[in-house]
Formats: sequence, C-alpha cells, structure tokens
Amino acid sequence: MKKILAVGLAASLALAGVGAMAGCGVDKDDLKVGFIFLHDESSTYDKNFIDAAKAACEKLGLRDDQVIMKTNVDEDDNCYDTAADLADAGCDIVFADSFGHEQYLMKAAKEFSDVQFCHATGTQAHTAGLDNFHNAFASIYEGRYLAGVAAGMKLQEMKEANASTAMKIGYVGAFPYAEVVSGYTSFYLGARSVVSDVTMEVRYTNSWYDPNAELETANKLIDNGCTLISQHADSLGAPSACEQRKVPNVSYNGSTEAAGPTTYIISSRINWQPYFEYIIQSVLDGEKIATDWTGTIATGSVEVTAPSSKAAANTQAKLDEVMQKLKNGTLRVFDTSKFTVGGQTLTTYLADVDSDANFTGDTEAIHDGYFHESEYRSAPYFDLRIDGITEATN
Amino acid sequence: MIRNEKAKRDPLFHISKRETLPFWKSAGIRAIAIVAALLLSGILSAIFIGVDPFTFIGKLFEGVFGTERRIWTTLRNLSVLLLIALALAPAFKMKFWNIGAEGQVLIGGLACAVCMYFLGGKAPDAVVYLCMAVSGILAAALWAVVPAIFKAFWGTNETLFTLMMNYVAMQAVSFFTSLIVKDGSGTMKNATHLHGVQFPQIGNAYLLTILVAVVLTVGMWIYLRYSKHGYELSVVGESENTARYIGINVKKVIIRTMALSGAICGVAGVLLVGAINGTVTTSTAGGQGFTAIIVAWLGKFNPVFMILTSFLLVFLEKGTSQLDLMNNAFASMITGIVFFFIIGCEFFVVYRLKFRRPVRKESASDASVGGNAETPPSTETESGTPTEEKSEAESATEGAADGTASPYRRVCDKLAQGAGTVAKACAKGFGALRGTCSKGMKRLKSLFGKKNPEEQRTEEKDAEEEK
Repeated sequence: MKKILAVGLAASLALAGVGAMAGCGVDKDDLKVGFIFLHDESSTYDKNFIDAAKAACEKLGLRDDQVIMKTNVDEDDNCYDTAADLADAGCDIVFADSFGHEQYLMKAAKEFSDVQFCHATGTQAHTAGLDNFHNAFASIYEGRYLAGVAAGMKLQEMKEANASTAMKIGYVGAFPYAEVVSGYTSFYLGARSVVSDVTMEVRYTNSWYDPNAELETANKLIDNGCTLISQHADSLGAPSACEQRKVPNVSYNGSTEAAGPTTYIISSRINWQPYFEYIIQSVLDGEKIATDWTGTIATGSVEVTAPSSKAAANTQAKLDEVMQKLKNGTLRVFDTSKFTVGGQTLTTYLADVDSDANFTGDTEAIHDGYFHESEYRSAPYFDLRIDGITEATN
Repeated sequence: MIRNEKAKRDPLFHISKRETLPFWKSAGIRAIAIVAALLLSGILSAIFIGVDPFTFIGKLFEGVFGTERRIWTTLRNLSVLLLIALALAPAFKMKFWNIGAEGQVLIGGLACAVCMYFLGGKAPDAVVYLCMAVSGILAAALWAVVPAIFKAFWGTNETLFTLMMNYVAMQAVSFFTSLIVKDGSGTMKNATHLHGVQFPQIGNAYLLTILVAVVLTVGMWIYLRYSKHGYELSVVGESENTARYIGINVKKVIIRTMALSGAICGVAGVLLVGAINGTVTTSTAGGQGFTAIIVAWLGKFNPVFMILTSFLLVFLEKGTSQLDLMNNAFASMITGIVFFFIIGCEFFVVYRLKFRRPVRKESASDASVGGNAETPPSTETESGTPTEEKSEAESATEGAADGTASPYRRVCDKLAQGAGTVAKACAKGFGALRGTCSKGMKRLKSLFGKKNPEEQRTEEKDAEEEK
C-alpha cells in the first residue's frame, strides 16, 4: 500500500513538474545565456558565431551581465568543465560552437537537466534521447552553390579575357568529412551550372585551423594549374596565398576582403543570429527547442555576401535569380540529373545519418530526383564523390 | 679626456654571485616578484581591457576559487601538469634534456585509447582498466627509451631527438584516429566510438587524478632524495666521468631514468584519456609537455617546489579564462609578464648588484641619503618595489650610521638606493604614460585619485633633495 502511494505521489509530482515546466518560461530579467567558442575572434569560424551571438543578445535586449562568453575552449573535458561552470553560474542556455564539443556538452546535459544545451554542427541529438540537448546547422550547401555560381561567372569572364585560362578550381578542405564534401560538391555544381567543362581539385589539410598548412595547400593547388581557389577551413591561409599569387578567391564564413583586397570575389556563410534568437525566445516563452534545427535561406541563416568589385559583371543579378529558384524549389542543388558517380546517375543512396560506431548508411537520401541534404539531420551527410572532382590529402 | 676619467671610475654597478640565501629571503624575493607582476598586469588590464586592477586580480582568484567545481578542476589540472613535470625532473637532473614529454604523453594516451576502443565492452571492465594503464605506461616508456638508447650508445643529441619524436607521436595519433574514425571527421567520440569505458570515479570525477599525482609526487621526492637511483642519476648529471670513475654504469642509468620519465608521462597520458577526456586527439597533451619544462626548472627539480610552480601556471590559465576575453592575446600577455618577473627574479636570488658609491661623504649624510631613497618605494605601489628590501635597508642605514657597516649591509643600502632610483624612473615613466593613455588613466585615477597627488609630491621633493 505504502509503495503504491509512494509511486502515485511521485508520478503526480512528476506530472505537476512537467506541467509547470511546459507552462511558463523564464522571466527576461532572470535569463542567462552562456556561449562556448573553440577559438577567439582571430578565427573566422568563431568570429562568425561571436558576432551573431552579440547581435542576437542585443536585439533581444539582454543586459551584458546576462550573457557570458567563453573563448578558447578546447574540444576535450575542458568543454564539459566550462559548460558545467556556466550552468553553475545560472545559465538557462549553454551553446557550444564546435563539432568536437558535442560529447562533452552531452555529458553536461545529462547532469544539468533544467539547462538547455545547444550545439552547432553536431550529429547526435536526434538519436541521443536527451530532452535538453539540441543540434543545429543550416542548409549551407545552398549558399555554397550560390558562391559556386559567382565563381563560375568569374571563370567565364577570365576565359573571355584569355581563352587559354584553365577551367580548374582548387579547393582547400579541412577533413575528408561529409560537411566538407557536401560543401565542395555544391560549390562545384554551382560553378558547373555556369561553366560546363570546369574541373576541381580538392586537397585536405587534416586540420580545421592551420594557417600555414592552408596557405601551402592553396599554393600547391595554384601550382597545379588551378585558376580560382575556394576553401573550407577556418584561417586566412588560403585567401592570403591567393592574394600573393593574384588568383581569385571565393571565401567562407564571411568576407575576407581585408586579407585579399584584389582577389576576393564573394563569400557564403551561415548566419547564426536567427538560431540564437530562436533558442533564447523559446526559453523565454517556455517552449521546447527543436532537437535538430536546420536554418535555410528562408530563415535568413544562409547568406552570401555582396559580390566584390572583382567579381564578374551582373553577378548579383544572376545570384538573385538562382536564389529565387532555390527558394521556390524549382532548382535542387543535388539534382541527380546534374551529376554522376563513377559515370552512373544515382537513383538510390543510403546515407550515414545516425552516427554510430559502424559508419554505415542507414537512411535512403535520394528520391524525387534529388539528394535530400540536411532534411533527416541538420548536419550535412552528403559524402558522395562525384565525377569531375579529384581529391588528395596534402 | 672624458674617456680617461670614465676609465678611472668604478662602473655604476657590478654583479657578483651571492652566497646561498636563507630560504625565507629567496622565497620573499619570489613572492615580491609575483605580487609585482600581478600589479603590473592589473595596471595593463586597466589600460587595455578596461578592467580596473582590483577587479582584475579579484577575477583571477574568482576564476580559480570561485566555486567548488573550479577548485576541483584547478586541482585536477594542476595534477596533470605536475605529473608531467615530475616525469621530466629525473631526466633533467641527469642533464638529459627530455623535450619529448608532449609526445610521450600522447603515445601513452593513444595506447590507452586503443585499449578502450578494442577491448571496451568485450572484456570485463577490470581487465580493460588494467590493459589501459599498463599499455599506456609501457608505450610511453618505450617511446622515451628510444632516444635514451641512442644517446647512451651513440651519443646523439637528445634535445633534437626527443623534440622530433613529439611530431611523430602527433602524426601517429592523427593516423590512428583516421583509421578508427571512418567518417573522416578526425574526431573520436567516446560515447559512440570508445564504448564509454573510462576509469571508475573515486569520490568525484577529479579525485583519481589528484590522488595519483599526490602519490607520485611523494614517490618522486623520495626517489630523488633518498634512493640509490636518485643519487646515481644526479652524479651522471654532474659529471659522466666521475660517475664512470666510481663505477656507475652510465648507459644503464640513462636508459633506466628515461624509462621512468616516459612511464610517468604515460601515467599522465592514461589519466588524460582514460579518466578525463575519454578520447584522444592530437591536442590531448595540449602543450603541457612543454609547459612542464618551465614547471620543472622553476621548481628546481624538487617535487615539492614543483607543486607551487604548477599551481602558479594553472592559476594564471584558469584565472585569465574568467576575464571572458574575446581575444586571448591579453591573457597570453599576462602569463608572459608573470613569467618574465619570475624568471627575472631568479637573477636577484643568485646574484647581487653592487652599486658604485656616488661620492665619498661622511657616513651620517650617507645614511640620510639612503633613508630618503627608501621613501618612494613605500608609497609607489605601482612599481611594486620590494618591501622586504626596504626593511633591510633600514637596518643597513643604521649600520652605516654606526660606521660599522658590514659589506653585506652596505650592499643592501645601495640596493635600497638603487630601488629608490628605479622607483623614481618608474614614476617618471608613469607620468609619460599618463599623457598617452589618458583613457586608461581615468579609470586608474578613480582608484588612485586620492593617493596619486601625494605620491607625486613626495617624489618631487625627493628629486629636489637629490639635486
């Protein structure tokens, strides 16, 4: 009898707790948000997050003492310590910005069930089963595609000026990982939609941030005959190499015009401000944060900067046109009729969406004639190596 | 003509080696250096990041002692750094410059991670723990023995050898990670890839590491001080020929000591991977293999002193993280300043400056000059002039007045005078700084507002009296 009573009491208490939690949000004056960044403002990747976080907090009218930002938090237990420390300090939301932070943030999420932990670029939230742990990313492949279109137009302009210009793009990648593969493939498809005979060489640095390696890799690509360089790595190495060698550069994470005033063309980036506003507003309103959130062009999360004066004429007009098609769904970046793998057009592909120890495909990603990127999980999972692109580790 | 005259004169000061200072004095000099460094850092923080000196120093302490968790993490971080420094101590004492701790830690960690990955969940947990520890320690010991063998038998340069082995270790970690992690991300996650096997917690997540460090610190202290091995390695360090003459097998000692050095690095690696991070990356050691070199040197290879020096390093690292800087360059500046002061003060521990006596006057007037010179340091807090020297100077001037001044006292007297001069120069420089950094000074003024004018007046008075 006692046991039943105890169970009943516990159940009703739990229910009441859930009810209370769902019912009311956090008072705006009491809200506290903690941010964890891998590097500081000297990394283009983290600066993109830091600027967005500042802008979002300012827009929502949070005071300075309601926002704590921690920079240079390594992807090890230090991340857990920092997250736990932020939770101790009374943060209602803790956000971390780097892929390697994920497991340590999850560790903190298990311990602090009343704090919302949000993680950018991660892959595990949708399978982790934790109520207070969330992933987010954006359909940046659309932004890359647009940047690719601008690159294609630049190549075409170069060819018109000098018919012997090689139609070859060089791409400095960080790791042979789906996020990078998805990015360079969409970039390449964008360029090829303008210049049909373009090829691309991808070289990896095996590091997300290594200014020297990125500079050297860009130089190597230029030596190999590439006439335009783009990159997916976080330092200013590649833009600097391009500036020295006077090769046009399409950038990432925001404008690098300062590092390459005569070679910078355009940059795509994820604008994290909409996401930050979304999570803060959700906590204020007492609403659940999506477990896996994908930003799009429509949410304002995917952006391309205005083309620089070095870009080809009419680039902006062309980009507007393509952007419109992407928005209304008449154009798909990974349209299977636009690329081949080993000479074959693909009709089926099992993507590795649920991260587990096997690294095997688990979700059919191709139907309706295109590869559904960022739909089953916010983080990219397109890891096909398509024809026209060669890969090499530096 | 002038040159001739100069040649006749004594130099302004000359430097001579001190006899060993009593412990409290050398400790005092070091403490003063740290306080001075913190004060200077505080002033710079007011100028560069707009945090006034008191808030700045408060934040440092808050970052380290602010919450229970921070104290625990400080102790744990200290333990890891101390462990690596403990590993270096016997090698350095033997004058074997082991710059390879970073790589030895990484290899130990990698071996541990491989056990976690391949055995986790497949063998009983106790067996896995044992394998993790043994393989990690063995791997690191072997990694360290390679350069030791080359040094012992063929006399290769161990500094370069161990340094280069670091890069090999890093690439090995990178290579094995890419083999195990097939998604190409280069990031090994413990939850999915390492089956979550980690050492069991003792009390809390931090205590295991701390206990291991305590045990090894005591062990290393005994080993170096009381054991035959400890004696042998210090003889080899002092002179290999002597060691050979008294029948020590030098080759054996070198290899044995490096195996021990590597093994302790392995312990650090195993703890970092098996108890703390749950995974291995190229940055698992995080540069601590190099930081530990400073710890060991500043601690004079004495395990007990090394606790203090590693605490100082961890204090700075954790303290500056509390400043929430958007650009970490300032935190590095602070660390640099503190080290500059600490390493600089070692000079004053080992040597003393002997200043030229300005003009031979009566000893009484001499004393009054000394007495005057000592005033500025008492008020000039910013320059952080040693307060201890001041008290020495007081007794010294008394001695001078008696006419029975011992050479030591005279030197102290001169030192105090020198300190006064330095303080004045600082005040002058400070005035110049005030002009250029008026913005930062506004903040300072609000703090020192009442004190500053007085200080100025005393200094001006002093300057006049000098003339």
